Amino acid sequence: MQNVLDRVTANPKFLEFVAMRSRYSIIMTILGAVAYYGFILLVAFEGPWLGTKLGPGMTTSIGVPIGVGVIVFTIILTWIYVRRANSEFDSINEALIKEAQK
Amino acid sequence: MNIKHILAAVAALAVAGGAIAAGADLGQTAKQATNWTAIAMFAIFVGGTLFITKWAASKTKTAADFYTAGGGITGFQNGLAIAGDYMSAASFLGISGLVFANGFDGLIFSIGWLVGWPIITFLMAERLRNLGKFTFADVASYRFSQTPVRIFAASSSLVVVVFYMIAQMVGAGQLIKVLFGLEYMYAEILVGSIMMMYVLFGGMTATTWVQIIKACMLLFGATFMAFSVLMQFGFSPEALFTKAVEVHSKHDAIMAPGALIKDPISAISVGMALMFGTAGLPHILMRFFTVPNAKEARKSVAWATTWIGYFYILTFIIGFGAITNLIQNPAEFYVGGEIAGGLKGGGNMAAVHLAKAVGGDLFLGFISAVAFATILAVVAGLTLSGASAVSHDLYASVIKKGQASSDAELRVSKITTICLGILAVVLGIAFEKQNVAYMVMLAFVIACSGNFPVLFMSVLWKNCTTRGAVVGGFTGLTLAVVLTIGSASVWEAVMHNPKGSAWFPYNSAAIFSMTAAFVTIWLVSILDNSAQAKKERALYPAQQLRSETGLGAAGASGH
Repeated sequence: MQNVLDRVTANPKFLEFVAMRSRYSIIMTILGAVAYYGFILLVAFEGPWLGTKLGPGMTTSIGVPIGVGVIVFTIILTWIYVRRANSEFDSINEALIKEAQK
Repeated sequence: MNIKHILAAVAALAVAGGAIAAGADLGQTAKQATNWTAIAMFAIFVGGTLFITKWAASKTKTAADFYTAGGGITGFQNGLAIAGDYMSAASFLGISGLVFANGFDGLIFSIGWLVGWPIITFLMAERLRNLGKFTFADVASYRFSQTPVRIFAASSSLVVVVFYMIAQMVGAGQLIKVLFGLEYMYAEILVGSIMMMYVLFGGMTATTWVQIIKACMLLFGATFMAFSVLMQFGFSPEALFTKAVEVHSKHDAIMAPGALIKDPISAISVGMALMFGTAGLPHILMRFFTVPNAKEARKSVAWATTWIGYFYILTFIIGFGAITNLIQNPAEFYVGGEIAGGLKGGGNMAAVHLAKAVGGDLFLGFISAVAFATILAVVAGLTLSGASAVSHDLYASVIKKGQASSDAELRVSKITTICLGILAVVLGIAFEKQNVAYMVMLAFVIACSGNFPVLFMSVLWKNCTTRGAVVGGFTGLTLAVVLTIGSASVWEAVMHNPKGSAWFPYNSAAIFSMTAAFVTIWLVSILDNSAQAKKERALYPAQQLRSETGLGAAGASGH
């Protein structure tokens, strides 16, 4: 076990992989935070604009699709990450471990 | 209404009744006629779940079974259970009530409660699963000295659990008074004893299944209501909004943000508490250890996010549906048949009344039973995480130094469960007439200022040391509590100091307490040059390897 451990950590591909994946996580986190805080800042500073009607004679305001959009965006963002992590990242991961166990 | 009022209201709703914030609403009319349909439906739910508990009991033999259901829950099931933990009566009654009263503003809150989930997915889920076994303290203390980190984690967890639980218990009592026509005291004892049976006999297996069943019932009920509302308007949201604007006393104002966010610091601070607090709630974190591996852990958050997001969109429709259905029928839904009298049972009853309007007495009974089941399930989850903090972190790791047998650990967790159950009932009764509006928010602030920074830094920052984590964690925890006491929701509303005397001007301490926790962890860690600190830094690569690859992670225990 200790052997495998040393070999994986010594493998430059491992560090590269971890760095790549961390970068990806952080970008996704920033995207999520930007969507949320963007919305909150709109509410705080551009409230009346969010109340603008979608079209002449309509009741639905711009804020409704934007708000629902933030929810849907959050869900989609999560699935994009999980899809990639569960396929691409996991196979790289497995390959790295296999390589070290040889 | 400024954000303070809304927050106080939401937190109160969060506790389910809203009875607390809207005390006057409930007043004398609080106890309604005994609702037999609701009681029958609830009895069926309890009967069914106790049957599951009996089955779960036969599978709960070791401490691992008790804490994590043997690690055999699938990602999809766990996702539903997490959603169940999170979709409290708060979200359902509170947010739909907020939409009913203010329209668009309700949506702002739904979004706030959702945004913590991607953070958990991207940064925490798989690392938690790979490093942990039973509690999040396993993760935080992975390469640190066990005693101080576990003592911190256990105390922070217990504080979060107790505040969250008091809020739920008080809400339960108020809600049951309105929905079932039961006495407050009986309601408390009922919740306490049924919940104890789930946890005591069925452990995590029973608690998870209770959550899953409840989540399905809640999603089904909410879907049915939103569907019925949309059907009334030929599935045109535009037609629904037009009608709502026409009948609502605020008219077009319900389609735009109201006075909810006037002070950006509060808005950002509340946002931080919701966003990062979710990633520090012990009963949520514990759920990541019930799945067999990191893949399933990721899947469970993705599913949880999906269900929670979907649910919040439904509550928005339900709130608007309540506007169009209830306001035009004051005779049935308003006190004294007059809109000026207020909604029967208070503003948070909007969804409950709508259930009757669209589905008759039978559906009303169903929704009432779901609301009660929700509180029961959330309290069971909280108790289980509190019990594990005591038995696994304090007893097995700190007192017995990891030498406790599985049987002894299990015994301690069961004793703790009983103590927590009794404590929940006693505190629930003691706080009946108290203002507990701040408690849910406080639980979130403590979670994001204590648990989250410690967890985050210990897993992701190489130079973090025991001293840094513990000093920083306690700094965050203390500051969260002290600043919350100084805010208007406690200083004025609870301690009855004169209006305007609150010395902490914002709604949430998170922006300060969480920042302080991170800075302290960083500062104390870099100044820590002890031999112990060097040893801990040297252990980082091994920890990183396990957290990133899952190599050596605790498998599905017991298999």
